[in-house]
Amino acid sequence: MSLLSVDRLSTHYPAAAGTVRAVDDVSLEILEGETVALVGESGCGKSTLGKSLMRLVDPTSGRVTFKGHDVAAMSGKELQAIRQHIQMIFQDPFASLNPRQTIRSILTAPLAVHGIGDRKSRDAIAASMIAHVGLPSDSLDRYPHEFSGGQRQRIGIARALILQPELVICDEPVSALDLSIQAQILNLLVEMKTELSLSYLFISHDLSVVRYFADRVLVMYLGRIVESAPTARLWSDAKHPYTQALLAAVPDPSRRKQAAPITGDLPSPHNPPSGCRFHTRCPLATDICRSDDPAYRQMGSGHTVACHHAQ
Amino acid sequence: MTGLLDVRDFSVGFGSAQPVKGVSFTAAAGEMLAVVGESGSGKSLTALGLMGLLPRHAKTAGEILFDGRDLLKLREREMRSIRGHDIAMIFQEPMTSLNPVLTIGNQIVEVLRIHEKLSGKQARQRAIDLLDLVSIPEAAKRIDDYPHQLSGGMRQRVMIAIAVACNPRLLIADEATTALDVTIQAQVLQLLDRLRSQLNMAVILITHDLGIVAQWADRVVVMYAGRKIEQGLPDALFETPYHPYTQGLLAASPRLKADYHYRDGPLTEIRGSIVSATGEQGCSFRPRCPVARAACGQSVPALVAVSASREVACPYVPVLAERAHVASVGR
Repeated sequence: MSLLSVDRLSTHYPAAAGTVRAVDDVSLEILEGETVALVGESGCGKSTLGKSLMRLVDPTSGRVTFKGHDVAAMSGKELQAIRQHIQMIFQDPFASLNPRQTIRSILTAPLAVHGIGDRKSRDAIAASMIAHVGLPSDSLDRYPHEFSGGQRQRIGIARALILQPELVICDEPVSALDLSIQAQILNLLVEMKTELSLSYLFISHDLSVVRYFADRVLVMYLGRIVESAPTARLWSDAKHPYTQALLAAVPDPSRRKQAAPITGDLPSPHNPPSGCRFHTRCPLATDICRSDDPAYRQMGSGHTVACHHAQ
Repeated sequence: MTGLLDVRDFSVGFGSAQPVKGVSFTAAAGEMLAVVGESGSGKSLTALGLMGLLPRHAKTAGEILFDGRDLLKLREREMRSIRGHDIAMIFQEPMTSLNPVLTIGNQIVEVLRIHEKLSGKQARQRAIDLLDLVSIPEAAKRIDDYPHQLSGGMRQRVMIAIAVACNPRLLIADEATTALDVTIQAQVLQLLDRLRSQLNMAVILITHDLGIVAQWADRVVVMYAGRKIEQGLPDALFETPYHPYTQGLLAASPRLKADYHYRDGPLTEIRGSIVSATGEQGCSFRPRCPVARAACGQSVPALVAVSASREVACPYVPVLAERAHVASVGR
């Protein structure tokens, strides 16, 4: 069943150099129990899209429907209530926890905001959450600086899950962590997903992590989703030249010293290229790519691509 | 091997803490040596030691022989003529390592004029050639740009141009591609690879990214909690890692298990964190090691040469070699 559906969402930022179309006409759907990954390079709009879904930034146009309610049109109390069901985990476990609050106060604040339980029961919930995410039981009265990076990310996860949300938006949750800690946190996220029947929107630039973690992948380029497919299918049969380049750029021990798959930089989102936004870096680009924005085409079950030349 | 750099038993201490505990390695001209490790492994402090950039209160020991001269014995004045000239370094954040109020041309010219006797005009021409060398398009025009006018990848190219301005014999790249997107990362690594053969320069690639190491390095040093715990050629090291930490790292990396999905089961974890190494007696990896024995707590295991190109600091190598073999067959 569809948990969240996004219909033609745009989020534009006003800027001196002209409007930045960070998210431009994006549609997507997340099913119950599904992990959907959103991948792309910095500046492609993936974080803005994540924040727009929770209304941490206000979308310019379009609809965000969560279990039949239009999040984009909500205000005040309604919005606060829906945020109990949609929570977020951030990249930097050092920057996203208030250094002057104890773990107890960090974890009980969301409960208090949503009027759940009394002081005593909130403490009990926080204590059980701490155990759930694998932190020592004496953590509650300590401060963030007393924990390692991996442990802080566990605190961030506990804070997001304490309201028993249905959808969790994870914005690069393991990018700042060492490899040996990354595996611990990914395993914890999988465990929590099964235990609490969560759905994830997993925002990441790390394709190897996405290969392991996602059921379905959306590839974003300059504010647009250019390809969407089930994970294994995307790896075996990517259609969009950008997706192919991204996959080929992942360092791989079996491909010693191979040439970089695409040249050039991401164009400025202030002034995205006409037609297909990828045409400035695309090896297949022709005239139609410079003039016409490609429509989405079905490439098999659950696989869509926006490219004039994909076959 | 023509040893350009020979680091012997190098240590760094701050008060009672010793973040680098007797590290030895060599690098030859034209070689790309990767130093891998997680935060707290001592890899960046080792790099700063090579550059003579450690804070004044740091206590160093051992030798850093560069072309036969011990850099640790040089005066600051002598070191200054080597730094930026014979040994150069690039860092993770190109935005914070460039001066935002100077044009990139001025920043390259500055290095050239400190180390070489060039007129302003000659220096500017050299700067344009250098931007060309690092594949910045329209170098003659871009030379007057300020850092904020360039993308992240371009800025890192400018950093590389500054670093190689005086044809250094050793370039240290400390997580130089970590902040870049994958497509740009591939371009920058390719550039470094080209430059080291073009300029016959040794490159020390400091990184936590095993994929990069496997793809680009000639030789790999693995560090953990201030010590070198394993060294080898990338193919051999990735095929049959010996040290339990190296084994753990490879097993925990989703990158190296190409078709593995969460529905197939959890990733292999290395339990605990590197913090547990502080104040430990014996092997620093013992608190996290799946095969630790009582003896591991008594003394620091010595590095043992297992073959010509392979060293490992774990006394149970025969056992480990067997385990690694079984694991690679099972894969």
